[in-house]
Amino acid sequence: MTLNTVWVYADVAAGRPLSITLELLTKARSLAANVEVVYAGANAAELAPVLGAFGASKVHATGDLGERLPGPAVAAAIAAAVRGGAAPELLVFGQTYEGRDVAARLSVKLDRTVLTNNVDVAVDGETVRCTTAIFGGNTLVTTEFTGAGPHITLFRPKSFAAEEGGGAAAEVGALAVPDTGTSGGARVTGRHVEASSGPKLDEAEVVVSGGRGLGEAGKYELIEQLARLLRGAPGASRAIVDAGWVPYSYQVGQTGKVVKPSVYIACGISGATQHMVGMKGSKNIIAINKDKEAPIFGIADLGIVGDVHKVLPKLIEALQARG
Amino acid sequence: MNVVVCVKQIPDPANPGALDPATNTLKREGKLILDDSDAYGVEMALQLVAAAGGGEVSLVSMAPNGETAGLRTALAMGAAKAVLVSDPALQGSDALGTAKVLAKAVERLGGADLVLAATESTDGYTGTTPEQLAELLGLPSVTFAKKVEVAGSVVKVQRQTEAGYDDVECPLPALVTVTAGVVEPRYPSFKGIMAAKSKPVDQVTAADLGLDATSVGQAGSGQRIVAVTAAEARQAGQILEDDGEGFAKVVEFLENLKVI
Repeated sequence: MTLNTVWVYADVAAGRPLSITLELLTKARSLAANVEVVYAGANAAELAPVLGAFGASKVHATGDLGERLPGPAVAAAIAAAVRGGAAPELLVFGQTYEGRDVAARLSVKLDRTVLTNNVDVAVDGETVRCTTAIFGGNTLVTTEFTGAGPHITLFRPKSFAAEEGGGAAAEVGALAVPDTGTSGGARVTGRHVEASSGPKLDEAEVVVSGGRGLGEAGKYELIEQLARLLRGAPGASRAIVDAGWVPYSYQVGQTGKVVKPSVYIACGISGATQHMVGMKGSKNIIAINKDKEAPIFGIADLGIVGDVHKVLPKLIEALQARG
Repeated sequence: MNVVVCVKQIPDPANPGALDPATNTLKREGKLILDDSDAYGVEMALQLVAAAGGGEVSLVSMAPNGETAGLRTALAMGAAKAVLVSDPALQGSDALGTAKVLAKAVERLGGADLVLAATESTDGYTGTTPEQLAELLGLPSVTFAKKVEVAGSVVKVQRQTEAGYDDVECPLPALVTVTAGVVEPRYPSFKGIMAAKSKPVDQVTAADLGLDATSVGQAGSGQRIVAVTAAEARQAGQILEDDGEGFAKVVEFLENLKVI
């Protein structure tokens, strides 16, 4: 317990904190005596019990932001609170759409460095050190803040386990949002949910991903079929997302989702570092690829050097036969 | 409509990256190329300017050793001119320091109706520089655009979200970050490559931009790398050539894990 207060930014969807928020709260409990949450949305009181259970003593809530994007508004609100005397030594964000926007704008407002893509953090006296995995995860770089706080940090999903600490519901307080002027001019005019059946990609126990080796968009059907049979989620490499075969929400990798399932099956994926960063934490990895030199075989527990168009239909047939 | 695109010139990602053991920063002394991620912004900018029926696409970049190879690629695609900030004093800049440099470079161009950038670079991928740039320039912003249109004085964006995408409207001037796949980048034509050689690249130092040397580079960075270690390597397992029965090995593996 070396820090006094850490603030964690809450990413919330459909009235529930995202898993990353609970992961970060869990970690924050081990870093500081007092953990508080910044929440940009309505109905903070409904979130107070779960946030408290994971360690937050207080929720600083902006209230409903309406159609505004959170970046400028929340950054301005936190900066004003810090100038007004609030004294978190460390600000913790998930590496999410909202977290990046808020943290980046905040770093300018406070003129503080922001350390991103972290997978670990440690506090030594008053020094905060973050660890980032680079070169596809084969090298770990530890960086410490040299200037004055508050220090701003962003963490990759699944860097920490989420465990309840058994705390009481967090106290709810208001976080005033100053006028953001022209920089707050963006407005959301419509929201679209891309429907997917089965478990969510970043929560599934089994993930089956397809890449360029499938040859054509129509063959992605094999990936979906196999995922369904294994009660898993279908995923994709960046190459076929860029090619427009599947939506971005399917992408596994540095710029997509981070997954750590029990079993990851990579089909026709060579294993670019961009992809490996998002899946090498999987407990078991199966790779099917024509090229025996493909980097994916370097991390696979089981590798089949073969044509996905031959192996997958037989595999699907065998699983169907088991019923 | 005038569009400024932030472009990064990076070591070829096809080659394995390495850290300079003295500074623990990424080695950049070899030939640099245009970050693939930035080709989308350049293409988007060219299409938006063409659709607007006037204006031009300019580039801003920060790179060591007066490097222009990547800028020439973007100029060959059709950008009109570039500001290159190259200065040994900038080595070790963090994301905020880089954003401060780019903000001054955009101002040197007289501002823009729209500033485009990638969501993150391929080599450093902090993913914060564009949004920091927007804040420094006092601009509204929309990150993670998968579709961009300009209608009058408003930019309309389809923005990726956890669940799908949002429609977002933002008054110009603004900054937008684009994802790979927002448009299909053109290949530079031979004519474009030849024309690029004589397009103006305004090379400047931090001092030329009026930047205080203590606010950028290693001096202005609020971070210091204290350790570089090898991650625990994942051991490769059993690799088999498919003899027609490879699928059975997968079934057996899944059975052993009690997945089926």
